[in-house]
Amino acid sequence: MLGLTHLQRLEAESIHIMREVVAEAQRPVMLYSVGKDSAVMLHLARKAFYPAPPPFPLLHVDTTWKFQAMYALREQAAQDAGMDLLVHHNPEAMERGINPFDHGPLHTDMWKTQGLKQALDKYGFDAAFGGARRDEEKSRAKERIFSFRTASHGWDPKNQRPELWNLYNARKHRGESIRVFPLSNWTELDIWQYIMAEGINIVPLYLAAPRPTVERDGMLLMVDDDRFPLRPGEEPVMRSVRFRTLGCYPLTGAVESAAATLPEVVQEMLLTTTSERQGRAIDKDEGGAGMEKKKQEGYF
Amino acid sequence: MALHSEDRAYRPDALIAEDIDAYLQQHQNKGLLRFITCGSVDDGKSTLIGRLLYDSKMIFEDQLAALEADSARVGTQGREIDFALLVDGLAAEREQGITIDVAYRFFSTERRKFIVADTPGHEQYTRNMVTGASTADLAVILVDARKGMLVQTRRHSFLCQLLGIRHLVLAVNKMDLVGYDQATFDAIVADYRAFAASIGVEEFTAIPLSGFRGDNITAAPSASTPWYAGPSLMQHLETVEVGNDVAQERAFRMPVQWVNRPNLDFRGFAGQIASGVVRAGDAVRIVPSGRTTTIKAIETFDGPLEQAVAGQSVTLTLADEVDCSRGDVIAAAEDPPEAADQFKASIVWMGEEAMIPGRAYWLKLGTQTVSASVAAPRYEIDVNSLEHLAAPTLSLNGIGVAEVTTDRPLVFEPYADSRALGGFILIDKLTNATVAAGLLQNALRRAQNIHWQALDVDRAARAALKGQQPQVLWFTGLSGSGKSTIANMVERKLHAAGRHTFLLDGDNVRHGLNKDLGFSEADRIENIRRVGEVARLMTDAGLIVLTAFISPFRAERELVRSMIPNGSFVEIFVDTPLQVAEARDTKGLYRQAREGKLPNFTGISSPYEAPERPDIRIDTTRSTPEQAAEIIVAQVLGEWSPTL
Repeated sequence: MLGLTHLQRLEAESIHIMREVVAEAQRPVMLYSVGKDSAVMLHLARKAFYPAPPPFPLLHVDTTWKFQAMYALREQAAQDAGMDLLVHHNPEAMERGINPFDHGPLHTDMWKTQGLKQALDKYGFDAAFGGARRDEEKSRAKERIFSFRTASHGWDPKNQRPELWNLYNARKHRGESIRVFPLSNWTELDIWQYIMAEGINIVPLYLAAPRPTVERDGMLLMVDDDRFPLRPGEEPVMRSVRFRTLGCYPLTGAVESAAATLPEVVQEMLLTTTSERQGRAIDKDEGGAGMEKKKQEGYF
Repeated sequence: MALHSEDRAYRPDALIAEDIDAYLQQHQNKGLLRFITCGSVDDGKSTLIGRLLYDSKMIFEDQLAALEADSARVGTQGREIDFALLVDGLAAEREQGITIDVAYRFFSTERRKFIVADTPGHEQYTRNMVTGASTADLAVILVDARKGMLVQTRRHSFLCQLLGIRHLVLAVNKMDLVGYDQATFDAIVADYRAFAASIGVEEFTAIPLSGFRGDNITAAPSASTPWYAGPSLMQHLETVEVGNDVAQERAFRMPVQWVNRPNLDFRGFAGQIASGVVRAGDAVRIVPSGRTTTIKAIETFDGPLEQAVAGQSVTLTLADEVDCSRGDVIAAAEDPPEAADQFKASIVWMGEEAMIPGRAYWLKLGTQTVSASVAAPRYEIDVNSLEHLAAPTLSLNGIGVAEVTTDRPLVFEPYADSRALGGFILIDKLTNATVAAGLLQNALRRAQNIHWQALDVDRAARAALKGQQPQVLWFTGLSGSGKSTIANMVERKLHAAGRHTFLLDGDNVRHGLNKDLGFSEADRIENIRRVGEVARLMTDAGLIVLTAFISPFRAERELVRSMIPNGSFVEIFVDTPLQVAEARDTKGLYRQAREGKLPNFTGISSPYEAPERPDIRIDTTRSTPEQAAEIIVAQVLGEWSPTL
């Protein structure tokens, strides 16, 4: 008899986790960010509940500043999975015109952190799937798969529930909720391999193509729409670039690359010598403890 | 030794550049090893994990640059790189320089992928270690070569053994600080071997290391340990056979997680296979109902499968419309698991508030959640000395053995056979906190026996032949209270009345069956347990058994009561005040105890827990032994007369 490979074990574990949530939570939802991790998570959900569609909606907490290609795939993916897609915009951020160019960290806080809390409260979701991985960042490495949140969405790293074997405690009081991370034990390479093995549809921005970019503060930014305020002397230049992670386009740095296929992307990834999140500005705020602080405040 | 970061940062495999497709193919078919590292802060555990990541080239240039900056700022290694900083995640931990939670780390080599659970070493974090151990296939137990085996080495080894980790690595670390001395290493290994045998660990792999200097981490032997002939730590981790497939060889079981019913034509049972192999057409039984049917198909998103194996998450359809829902177990028809509602279990208490014996908690095992209560522990295990202690409850990080009763039958297997159907958690009904982890040992009462073969000649048949009701008359009381005297008289009277009896006397048993036991608390508990087992066998044989033991601990008497069928255990409290028993001092034992010559003497230096509700209480200050015997005989023979 053949033993399971690591990918088969990871897949089985993620499916088990999703089914536990559906069996034990009242109103689950899947947070969908349109990135590659979200794509894998959505694919696993389709497998977990086949032939039924996943019995929960997708929720995109939008900032209005995502890449256009992401918006296009978002609609398609929800339709393919036969799932409802909920999109939430923080009305206050909308009204105040919060944007990444003028408002710095406030942009992430208002659109994403506050927006997420608003959406969870609005629909009364008591369990939310997120695509975070433990290998991404040091404080993620210690987060539970079922991560308990207070009624005000706070995370207390000192008071996490012990998580033994594959037994997850999903019990909570009214108003409290649980964030669930089915991809906790996946690594970036696992994600890529699974995307290739399963033929999962991802945003084309992950593959290199000529795109209009400007170089600013040491990052290559893509001029994705006409809201991009060019500084004096800046002129968009076509460069062959791809993205290692996808977020709001003005906050996400591209890398120059010729990797136009998935194996080439993985090859480049394995040959590079910097960590994944270097292209993304968000984690650099507030030193090494930045993510832990954000999570305590309710960020995913 | 100065480290050159440019040599040590992530350097990709040559195959990646040459032939990415071949590399990906190779990586895709790797296996997975999950392991845990145990050791206290000072043993260099985080440093070792940091070193494994570093030496397997998992640290990127930017991370290394940050590490060097952090090391200079808050590191504890002077100007050297402090690998522990790679691993200690939470801000509070970085500031205090300690690890307080379970952190999971990932790395891979050409041969395997690894998930490491890094857990804290201090006793107050026992629960975190148990959490990390629950999913591990292998444990690396660190020992500081300068200090040798410490109390925590025993504790960690015991916990790994308790959680069923079959592969232990004794990593003798900081060899650089003892001059890479072979004799030091050999002495520690010999010490550990003796200890390991005592807790039932049959084999382990010992490796001399320096996490700080990098000796025997990736290659062995290092230049400093030419005398070492074994593998490096990494070589061992890459090649050790962990038997992930053992579960496939056991009988098929799949706890049902969720019933998939998208339309009237489809009814599938979703779950992760706990053990065995399943194929379409296999005969299965739904437990606990016992209904049988066959597997119609194994449905997946990628089409039906011919077979599925332990570890896979699948959806099964069945040939017949049988009742089956979340919590049920679909099992091999000919070899299904049992269901029971009373168990003996090891309990690891994880709640801030101590366990309340008798209180109802939620118990989650597999996909079953039931209401359950835990009796006062039979004993608590001192995780440092491994002694069995009497304990009224278990508090945070306490580990003990107790009886668990559920409000409805639970489908189970002993933990030693199946983590999936033998491991459970307890959840506080009020706070919803996970307050305990449990490992089922065996059922105490069979609620349902789907395939129980009744023996042709059973207890009732034997008792009927003797024309009597088998019973255990359990005499308890202080030394010198008159237990043996009264029990002797009772046996004579029963014998004269034509009853088949047997008297088990404390002193006599200690000359034979229990001559290997002393008078420590643990030995006294074991003494009583054995006597209870013998008494149970004798009642199965149809006898009326009389026992005369001090049996000072309430929990042990309750343990024996739980082993004997309901109503057949008669607790007789021979109630003699201490000063009366001491004044009699028929064997001169009290005098010796008062002089300090007899340690752990009940009433003097060890407690006597009087029965709260004995079935019969004899006040020896008010009745003679003869009168007492008559009262007891009358009750045993069902001729109770209150005038006596």
